[in-house]
Amino acid sequence: AAPVQVQLVVPMAVVFGPGSVPGDLPRPLPFRDVQEMEISVNLRTSVTSRYEMLYRSTTGQEEAALAAATAREADAALHPLQDTTLGSLTVYVVPETSSLLPQGIKVYVGKHRSALVRAGGSLAALQAQLREVAQVMSFTASSIAAALSDRVPDGQLSPDARRYLKSSLGYEITFSLLNPDPKSHTVDWDIEGAVNRYVKPVLDKLSLVANFSVDSQILYYAVLGVTPRYDKESSSFLLSAHSLPHVINPVEARLGSSAASLYPVLNFLLYVPERSHSPLYIQDKDGAPVSTNAFHSPRWGGIMVYNVEAPASSQASLPLHVDVDMARVMEVFLAQLRLLFGLSREEVPPEFLLERPGNEGLADWELDHLLWAHTVENIATVSTTLTSLAQLLDKIGNIVIKDDVASEVYRAVDSVQSAVTELSLGHLHAAFQASKEAITSSEKAFFDPSLLHLLYFPDDQKFAIYIPLFLPMAVPILLSLAKIVRETRQCKKEPTKMD
Amino acid sequence: FQDQAEQFFRSGHTNNWAVLVCTSRFWFNYRHVANTLSVYRSVKRLGIPDSHIVLMLADDMACNPRNPKPATVFSHKNMELNVYGDDVEVDYRSYEVTVENFLRVLTGRIPPSTPRSKRLLSDDRSNILIYMTGHGGNGFLKFQDSEEITNVELADAFEQMWQKRRYNELLFIIDTCQGASMYERFYSPNIMALASSQVGEDSLSHQPDLAIGVHLMDRYTFYVLEFLEEIHPASQTNMNDLFQVCPKSLCVSTPGHRTDLFQRDPQNVLITDFFGSVRKVEITTETISLDRDVAGFESK
Repeated sequence: AAPVQVQLVVPMAVVFGPGSVPGDLPRPLPFRDVQEMEISVNLRTSVTSRYEMLYRSTTGQEEAALAAATAREADAALHPLQDTTLGSLTVYVVPETSSLLPQGIKVYVGKHRSALVRAGGSLAALQAQLREVAQVMSFTASSIAAALSDRVPDGQLSPDARRYLKSSLGYEITFSLLNPDPKSHTVDWDIEGAVNRYVKPVLDKLSLVANFSVDSQILYYAVLGVTPRYDKESSSFLLSAHSLPHVINPVEARLGSSAASLYPVLNFLLYVPERSHSPLYIQDKDGAPVSTNAFHSPRWGGIMVYNVEAPASSQASLPLHVDVDMARVMEVFLAQLRLLFGLSREEVPPEFLLERPGNEGLADWELDHLLWAHTVENIATVSTTLTSLAQLLDKIGNIVIKDDVASEVYRAVDSVQSAVTELSLGHLHAAFQASKEAITSSEKAFFDPSLLHLLYFPDDQKFAIYIPLFLPMAVPILLSLAKIVRETRQCKKEPTKMD
Repeated sequence: FQDQAEQFFRSGHTNNWAVLVCTSRFWFNYRHVANTLSVYRSVKRLGIPDSHIVLMLADDMACNPRNPKPATVFSHKNMELNVYGDDVEVDYRSYEVTVENFLRVLTGRIPPSTPRSKRLLSDDRSNILIYMTGHGGNGFLKFQDSEEITNVELADAFEQMWQKRRYNELLFIIDTCQGASMYERFYSPNIMALASSQVGEDSLSHQPDLAIGVHLMDRYTFYVLEFLEEIHPASQTNMNDLFQVCPKSLCVSTPGHRTDLFQRDPQNVLITDFFGSVRKVEITTETISLDRDVAGFESK
């Protein structure tokens, strides 16, 4: 793989509220400091993270905002006063005794790009805390290593680490309703309304990352590949965790995908079990029922089982009309969408309190998380692609490079250089856009249909083709050349003799 | 304990693809089409959907005017198993099966107008099964009786795929005469190869069927099909068992295999890692909370 050296610069502002300044500051406020850390992936790939911190005290407006009653209100009030460029962070330090943060919580991370941290006494303790906050809100060594997963030696990454969606220019999302028993259930789902109300805000926020297209379908008589087990104790049907991997396949053949787009497809299936297998619950590995009644598969999508309430009287006429609670369904599907992208909140340290993102689906700093990972991944992919293209051209001498392929290569090189520069300046947005352009150009160049090397001639074939052609022609030519040479030599000798 | 066993066998792939190629045309090469369709049938039965299979058949046997049983392709005399089935989807048919198209499918250098079903859209987490059958020789495989693909070109194509990370692991199976010569030149990592015969040996066909008038299948693929019929999506059978299929006593030729480029031990590689499509799943334990009182957008 090609050597990649990238510096990730995160501009960070550390703002001290009144009463929170540590006693051991090296210089009076405001002052700047830099913290660098090396994330080594392998011998030829190194990523350095550089946090450029500006320590300052609060302005009057910020002080007023910090005087709010709860952390959430303070966060909302501080939002217009912050630096909102992508990739930047603002940390407000509040006094140890402040009531903004609940008991036992040291850090509150808001919906945007700021956090509230409880002062810890010394500057060193504060800096350790700040390092943790910065890692949660931007990137960690493991998230960068996951983005560069094809360069990490196989033994070091667990197979699970490579499960997030790869960076792509677009994604296709398909919502499918599976009704295996239309005789018993007539299922109505207002998917258009749900997409407009719940899914669009999330996709609008993610539109910076990629283009999304959404479609939906209803499939009848589509059954799961596994027969659920009846459990007498709970009088319900159970799908054990072991059988889940086999559920998807029979359905997948019927899901279809858009013939025109080449983007990866994310499938979200809502399964309404047959009347004879209702209610149906999913069990996790320990045998406990799963509260969401849903599971997902990396790089594929998710499935949720929607149980229909049994009718009050057993004499109710079939088919039963079912109105799907789309909000509940979308809560699960959008959570699965987050998990497929790698946005999980499970590994956060316990003394952190994360604000819920609400209907936007993800916080601004989570968007930054994605952008950091995708930018690094794009840069690494482009350098590998261009290097292997160069190696291919070295090896097969008779491939012709058309002008437009050459210009795409130049464009890719320029874009990737600009992406690396922008990253080292801390401009995440510009770096990401440049990396996207670099990917588009390099893929276009690498996969150009004209670069097909069909012309392999082994040496023995060359001899076998050319010798029968040229040898018979060459024999009379060589013989007559020899004759001419002999005659010229004789001519030169003879005149001296005749005299 | 079962969890440990699961972890042990786990490969790093998240999806499966299959590229199945029959390179011979003409009615008397019926057996090559039957070979390919048998593998196609097994792979579909074990879970790989049509959208992830690129099937290339160089000639049409089922609807050939010389076929006494139209719309069928049988794999066994007495017509026990019709491998053509009801839902076969051929992606490259007849004269579209050329060396150029095959290499384009593998390397991805396809003209933009090609439909999705004719592309191999694999990624770095895909396990790909490549099966080829037809007439071959020492270092080459004949396509359509008019051109050939050499083992060097094939090895280079796989290297191109590796460079662009178009596969996680690749299983290459070839059923032709002197099949082992086709995998001699591979040099990319994570490739396992099987062939029906060694260099200098011919692969022989199985029995002829007197009603149809041709040999129905080749021996190696016949026994592989028999072996695969025993596999179901949850089987734990591994590659070492596949290596034992069709010993010299049954096959007359000596099947060969190559595992030095493959990182995992073949004993830990499940048949379903390549022939089936067992997905990794995770239980969804997180939800987000949505505000239900959001005013709806006007649908456009």
